[in-house]
Amino acid sequence: MKHIRWFILVPYFLLATTPLIWLGVTSLKTQTAAINSTATIIPSTKEYVPVGNLHFSASLNAYQKLAIPSSGSAYSFLHYLNNSLIIGLLSTLASVALGTGCAYGFSRFQIRGAQDWLFFILSTRFLPPLAVVVPVLMMYRQFDLPNTHLGLILLYTAFNLSLAVWLMKGFIDDMPRAYEEAALVDGYTRFQAFYKIILPQSATGMAVTAVFCMISAWNEYGFALALNNAHAVTVPVYFAGLQGNIQGIPWPQIAAGVLIFALPIVIFTVLVRNHLLRGVTFGTIKQ
Amino acid sequence: MPFLQLKNLHKTYPDGTHAVRGIDLDVQEGEFIVLLGPSGCGKTTTLRMIAGLEMPTDGQITLAKKEITHHPASKRDIGFVFQFYALYPHMTVHQNIAFPLENLGQCKQEMQTTLLRVSKSLGIEHLLDRHPGQLSGGDQQRVSLARAMVRQPDIYLMDEPLGTLDADHRLALREFIRSQQLALGVTAIYVTHDQEEAMSLADRIVVMESGHIRQTGTPSEIYHYPADLFVANFVGSPGMNLIEGKISSQEQGLFKASSAEIAIPSLAYTGPLTLGIRPEFIYPTDKGISARVSIIEYHGSHHDIHLDTPMGNLTMRTPLSVTLSPKDNIQIAFKQNEIRLFAPKTGHAIL
Amino acid sequence: MSAPILTLTDVGKRFGSIQALSDITFEVLENELLVVLGPTGAGKTTLLRTIAGLENPDKGHLTLYNKDITASTPAQRDVALVFQNFSLYPNKTVRENLAFPLRAPGRNFTEDEIGKQVNETAQILHITTLLDRPANRLSGGEMQRVAIGRAIVRRPQLFLMDEPLTNLDAKLRETLRVEIIRLQRDLRTPMIYVTHDQTEALSMADRIVVLSEGRILQTGSPKEIYSHPKTPDIARQLGYPPINLIQVHSTNGHWQTQFGTSIMPAETNQRKATLGIRPEVISTQGGRTPAQIKGVEDMGPATILLVTWAGEHIRILVSGESKYKPGDEIYPATSPSDILIWQTQ
Repeated sequence: MKHIRWFILVPYFLLATTPLIWLGVTSLKTQTAAINSTATIIPSTKEYVPVGNLHFSASLNAYQKLAIPSSGSAYSFLHYLNNSLIIGLLSTLASVALGTGCAYGFSRFQIRGAQDWLFFILSTRFLPPLAVVVPVLMMYRQFDLPNTHLGLILLYTAFNLSLAVWLMKGFIDDMPRAYEEAALVDGYTRFQAFYKIILPQSATGMAVTAVFCMISAWNEYGFALALNNAHAVTVPVYFAGLQGNIQGIPWPQIAAGVLIFALPIVIFTVLVRNHLLRGVTFGTIKQ
Repeated sequence: MPFLQLKNLHKTYPDGTHAVRGIDLDVQEGEFIVLLGPSGCGKTTTLRMIAGLEMPTDGQITLAKKEITHHPASKRDIGFVFQFYALYPHMTVHQNIAFPLENLGQCKQEMQTTLLRVSKSLGIEHLLDRHPGQLSGGDQQRVSLARAMVRQPDIYLMDEPLGTLDADHRLALREFIRSQQLALGVTAIYVTHDQEEAMSLADRIVVMESGHIRQTGTPSEIYHYPADLFVANFVGSPGMNLIEGKISSQEQGLFKASSAEIAIPSLAYTGPLTLGIRPEFIYPTDKGISARVSIIEYHGSHHDIHLDTPMGNLTMRTPLSVTLSPKDNIQIAFKQNEIRLFAPKTGHAIL
Repeated sequence: MSAPILTLTDVGKRFGSIQALSDITFEVLENELLVVLGPTGAGKTTLLRTIAGLENPDKGHLTLYNKDITASTPAQRDVALVFQNFSLYPNKTVRENLAFPLRAPGRNFTEDEIGKQVNETAQILHITTLLDRPANRLSGGEMQRVAIGRAIVRRPQLFLMDEPLTNLDAKLRETLRVEIIRLQRDLRTPMIYVTHDQTEALSMADRIVVLSEGRILQTGSPKEIYSHPKTPDIARQLGYPPINLIQVHSTNGHWQTQFGTSIMPAETNQRKATLGIRPEVISTQGGRTPAQIKGVEDMGPATILLVTWAGEHIRILVSGESKYKPGDEIYPATSPSDILIWQTQ
């Protein structure tokens, strides 16, 4: 059995990591080497590498160039990365905070028509987001929201909220009510019971929710494209805009940018890894 | 050869917990055995090993002349009743009970006959079309009993089947189990931490503690002649009163505990030891050990009187005709032939 | 007669189509340990939660120390509640769990005072060695001890206990039962203790409130309720082994069972009745109607005989070991004054 396991795992690992390795390799190449019809995959420190073997001359130029605005765009990559970070983190924070509060209410209070409300909240996910792009854009114009960070933060929060409410409701439902009730009887207010008892216990659920919200906001393209042309453009839109560049598509910079762009999600996921694993098994084992 | 034999059975879990530490037990055909002990004593693990739900790390299990130590559960002919019913929620009661029969290759009619007979004897024939979720706890447990009974297995294994039921249901189902067992003469092993259940059901009780068997015997033997201090305290509600003291060499037949002296049957022993006496064998008298009443528990047919004495706290059981009130100062004495003595350190009974 | 601490007047509570409580009226007196006894679904927990302020009654009002608390929040009531299932905050240590009620807003204890009270409480309950252990590493019995500690640490005006011993081992239940009685006597704080366990009810209570389907059936001392239950249903809830209930009708001055056997003289003119005979008041010899022993259960201090008598299955409790075996014939007898009679229609 042990050997069979490796026969499956090793090829799968290679298959899964090849695109990443290719990105890494490309980010070290020069523009010409990147579009060369002969594939080269082994980085070399030599300035000159003979054609025909797998070696290419590696440099960090592409990474340095990320700090300089490329032709056709007003800002450098770092500016857009900054936009993505601000929008992604703030909307995640808002979704998780609002979602947890809302889920707590649905879980613990008798709300008239709670089932219908929950269904309504979920139904905001039924339409493909792009179907509502035009109405949203028109509404946003009324409030001067296009081209602002706030505009995208509000939108992503609204979209992720349904997910956050449903996920968090599941987690809080599994927590005994007696937890807060004991605190109530002990003389704490409902709100204190919530933040002293429920909140620390729901860290796992919040981490899981945050990862999902973050990934969704971070990678969103459609709205980011439609609602922005300058100030609050995010990284996915920026990359797409590099196509049709008069100097040709700067593949090494794109590769370098993508790697950097993927980094926050990886770090974030690693940080909450333990919570995620617990989150996956949550509810399956009752103590 | 006994019907079921456990030989030096051990179970160590991967995390190092040594749950069962060398169990030897012979069960005769038709016997009702109760494994009794506090939670964590290894009784459930032992039962699950007999069922094949856990594999022993050492030792041997023989059932009906076949060695089955490492057989999977499906290859053993056992009926298992779980504490939490373990009924399939998506099936009706009928389907649940029929489930164990389905892979026996019986014809439909035969299955139906067995099923109806068993449901009738349990009084659940009117529930057959319901789903388990629509039943009360007592009825659910009847259904799971029925599921264990339809196959007429070699042996019934029951893991605290009444533990989660209301007092009313518990008693009714307990009497049902006992009457079925008497009528059909089946062999059963029943796990519980409730000694009342153990006493009323068992032909023999096996008292377990931290993975060991402390004593095996009839309910009466276990109650009146506990093998050690653990059994003395665990069996009986409340348990035996235990008093630390000693017998000095000059005064055989006199047990001294702090300022009090208790007459005991004389035996060739001197030194420290523990005296045990059941609450019903302590009685108020005119001249005896002084005691002060602290709490009086009313039990309908008798009182349990908690006493503060120079030898520590004791419990005395009195008929309702004896009237006492808290803070009364009284004198008490022990029935001499009901006194038990236990050795220090090992705690084994010496009288 | 001491003054009532807590008074419930005509309290009612409905959940959707279920009437959980109706016309609940009773008092808790000074220093009293009041037990609410009833089967699952009787409304015991709802009653307790209404007193704690976790549910608001639809009807009636509650008074605690002469103050109307019907609309007060749980925090304003100053009562302590021990739950059946939940006991502690798993991520906090025992010490933090015990200190939690003391840190509630408005209590304004200094850290020194909190430390002192936590230590005192730990000593009372013999959990001093557990203080720094995380709550999720305690055994069931230890957990419930700490939970009781949480309730007493701030010396509330009233203790509420919701089946605190139900999920524990039988042996542990016995020990803690006595400890709770002792504790209540020492602290002299009134307590309402909810249970479905008749042994707990009889042995712990100063007074028992028998609850069924949201209504109070009877209130009285354990002795009153055990000896003079108002209905056969109440009689059946108290006592182990349970009372023998026999449906009879009177013919020619004798009670006859439904199988037509006369069992004893009837001294009333009632036509139909339910007789209640406690298992411990029946002697095995001296009667006129023969009976057969079907089963013998040696319970240690006493033996239960399962007997068929005049077509009825009855239980007889004899003290000590019994000389009888299944199949033996006996002549059950009982004194008329020990028999409970309820008229039926």
